[in-house]
Amino acid sequence: MALPLTLDVNGSERHVRIEGRELLVHVLRDALGLTGTHVGCDTSQCGACTVLIDGQAVKSCAMLAVQATGRQITTIEKLSDGGLHPVQQAFRDKHGLQCGFCTPGMILTTIDLLSQCPDPTDEEIRDGIQGNLCRCTGYQNIVDAIHLAADTMRASASPAA
Amino acid sequence: MTNLIGSSPKRREDGRLITGNATYTDDVQLPGMLYAMILRSPVAHARITALDVSAARALPGVVAVYIGADIEGRVNPVPCAWNVPNCDLRLPSHPMLAVDTVRYQGDGVALVVAESRGIARDALALITVQYAELPSVIDPEQATAPDAPQLHADIPSNIAFTWTVAGGDADAAFASAPVAVDLRIVHQRMQPSAIEPRAAVASWNPGSEELTLWVTSQNPHIHRFLCAGMLKLPEHRVRVIAPEVGGAFGSKIAAYADEALASFASMDLCRPVKWTEDRSENYLATTHGRDHVSHVELCGTADGTITGLRARVFAGLGAYASTAAPGIPTILHGLMYSGPYMIPNITGVIRGVYTTATPVDAYRGAGRPEATFMLERLIDLFARKLGMDPVAVRRRNLIPSDAFPYTVATGLVYDSGNYQGALDKALSMFDYEAFRIEQTLARAQGRYIGVGVTTYNEICGLGPSSIAGATGFGGGLYESAIVRVYPTGVVRVYIGAKPHGQGEETTFAQVVAQEFGLPIEHVEIVHGDTEKTPQGWGTYGSRTTAVSGSAVKLAALRVKAKAKTLAAHLLGVSEDDLDWDGGGFATHADATQRKGFAELALMANLAWNMPAGLEPGLEATASFDPPNFVYPFGTHICTVEVDVETGEVKILRYLAVDDCGPLINPMIVEGQVHGGVIQGMGEALQEMAIYNEHGQLLTTTMMDYAVPRAAQMPRIETAHTVTPTNVNPLGVKGIGEAGTIASVPSVVSAVCDALSPFGIQHIHKPLTPARVWAAIQLATAGAA
Repeated sequence: MALPLTLDVNGSERHVRIEGRELLVHVLRDALGLTGTHVGCDTSQCGACTVLIDGQAVKSCAMLAVQATGRQITTIEKLSDGGLHPVQQAFRDKHGLQCGFCTPGMILTTIDLLSQCPDPTDEEIRDGIQGNLCRCTGYQNIVDAIHLAADTMRASASPAA
Repeated sequence: MTNLIGSSPKRREDGRLITGNATYTDDVQLPGMLYAMILRSPVAHARITALDVSAARALPGVVAVYIGADIEGRVNPVPCAWNVPNCDLRLPSHPMLAVDTVRYQGDGVALVVAESRGIARDALALITVQYAELPSVIDPEQATAPDAPQLHADIPSNIAFTWTVAGGDADAAFASAPVAVDLRIVHQRMQPSAIEPRAAVASWNPGSEELTLWVTSQNPHIHRFLCAGMLKLPEHRVRVIAPEVGGAFGSKIAAYADEALASFASMDLCRPVKWTEDRSENYLATTHGRDHVSHVELCGTADGTITGLRARVFAGLGAYASTAAPGIPTILHGLMYSGPYMIPNITGVIRGVYTTATPVDAYRGAGRPEATFMLERLIDLFARKLGMDPVAVRRRNLIPSDAFPYTVATGLVYDSGNYQGALDKALSMFDYEAFRIEQTLARAQGRYIGVGVTTYNEICGLGPSSIAGATGFGGGLYESAIVRVYPTGVVRVYIGAKPHGQGEETTFAQVVAQEFGLPIEHVEIVHGDTEKTPQGWGTYGSRTTAVSGSAVKLAALRVKAKAKTLAAHLLGVSEDDLDWDGGGFATHADATQRKGFAELALMANLAWNMPAGLEPGLEATASFDPPNFVYPFGTHICTVEVDVETGEVKILRYLAVDDCGPLINPMIVEGQVHGGVIQGMGEALQEMAIYNEHGQLLTTTMMDYAVPRAAQMPRIETAHTVTPTNVNPLGVKGIGEAGTIASVPSVVSAVCDALSPFGIQHIHKPLTPARVWAAIQLATAGAA
């Protein structure tokens, strides 16, 4: 039976009626039309469905929508509200995407990674995006994009010398 | 204005992709849309003795359930579209849903259409099927054995075809050669693993009797052609839209039963129907790649000159022949047996074989990686047997740069090349001699490092349509483009090809903007919708820039010629008096006497003052049918260290020197090399479809099938040499598959070189730690 559910998505209260068994990713995509969050596998291996929940990268295919009540959900669609986020800009500048299917998840994972590790090494970046698969780029330009985003975000965070 | 060709503007397509605003097929939502799911056989090979869908039909929310018998006769079977001639090709009928026999795990048995995904899935669970299991066979060589299970009653020994390639006299060459080497190569089955699974949304309009089909496709015009046939519809009533496509690597070329079934259901129910596979379904039902078992031999003289090559190949096709399947191990593989080398005597006997497994079709490189791997591994063995350096043997046999165009023993004519140039550049960047010294020192310390050098070429830019016809390809291989200039001087370009990550919205805009002297932002490239775009045959085989890009260039030149005629008329001069000044046409005598492109666009579209005989508007269509294929080439060098205690392989360095002709956008070219090399490293080191003895696929999730992850893969160094082709007006070749073709043998050869002190000649890929460790144990035990 359909359950009424209220979700905090991209800063708005959204009211939906769903089946209890529905995964968060399907509610975001089908009920709320937020199709920037993608489904690439069914075992939480690929990371294409990554969203931020209370600021942390979470695979939205690995949780029920009902588990997301009372949490702040951020999807790729929110990110460019005030112009491109530095991570989005860096992926474009460094050619960190080809087909683009993994990209929203990769970008949101990067935001979480940089919040914990603002100046990562190559190794920390590669380790940090282990949960996100990309079949097109071979990861090299993604790594470079994350370095660039980290530089940009650190420069804007630190007061001018 | 700066030269756009050879510069790297940021990609035009990225804006929508990085903001979540792109529309992939599964993102399409239509009012009243139903959801389809397919019940797939859980067993490899069986008779269906009972099938009961009544409980599924009775479930509230289920709109329809179809089984094979329900649709038989109402649709046509799934076609194979590459009917390779000059062999005994036998194509079994491939029903969209199995009628009485299932022939691979994943074969469709029933189609459920319901109001929601959840109800459709519940309904699948209510269908009961009784299977009387039959024996299965997965290995394509074993499938030809006298006692092997037979898949199709009228195809003895499961042999779909025996195709031969021959030039010179290989048997005589082997009989007289002082040195010969041989190898059994297993090209394991690969699962293409585009991150976007396949999907289709079908919408039948009963009023106009037109079908609109959104589908994950590399070739929407081929999909229209083949789906119209499967659905018994006139082709002009089918509109195929391939929106954003999330990777493909060959797996979205084929026309599958699945999109036709969604279409059939939409036509039958007069409601839109969406079908989207999940990942495990993708691994079972989306075509796989490679799957060759090859027995290969190479012979030559004591100075390292190669004199002959023989190959006997069993190429697995899976249970049915997919769209392009017969052409891949033959035309795209057997004809490339000479590679970049002078090999006067070649014989190849290639058998296509049906097995109780997922159908095999194109996978990045499609036939050429198997050919390159064979040559490169054999040459390393040959060099080792002669006690020569493998690079020296390659150098001795490479076709010299002054020999082009060059006809190889298999009959192909290579357009251009400078193979030594790429090799020299790679060796100088890498410092090969220094590595050999380092290797000797390392061995003295008990460290096992090795180097693999691959000198490759490949066939791409497919191809002359006449050759397509002569080789049984069920289509042309030209491409068409429309360049339309709007009154305000901005441009749309409509192409029949279908980029899906390769960046042609940017590179083709560079070509057109350069020709017209416009900012790149004033040019938009439109693709993927058969209703908007002119005929084209798709994006695969590294052909889009060479063929579609050339059509774009020709159409732009036609537009420019018309603009020049108009400019001469408006200025009251002869066309011969005009020069293009980068943004318009000006007279030789007075550069201020000019008409800019924007003004000409406006005047042509207004048509207030056209010269006699010139039609209004500023638009041109062009088709480009190349006179030959193109043959990119290069040298890749890989070094590895092997931990002989664990079998773990660590890539120390990877250098790719490629020659794809002039680079339109170097940033995008580099990206293609990176992705291709890493995809090849997956094949060399860790990826493999694994079936058990019952024909069950064990690698049905991304936990089991080892797509490379970021931390497993190294950084790639890239460089280029530039040898333009005269086959097309851009001078370009192709780069999409080169990395995969070259990296697989580079990595494997490096590991075998590292382990040469153990006497190890070859290890079957993927070189997992377990396999490498076992090879070391075996070699050590043999020596003890």
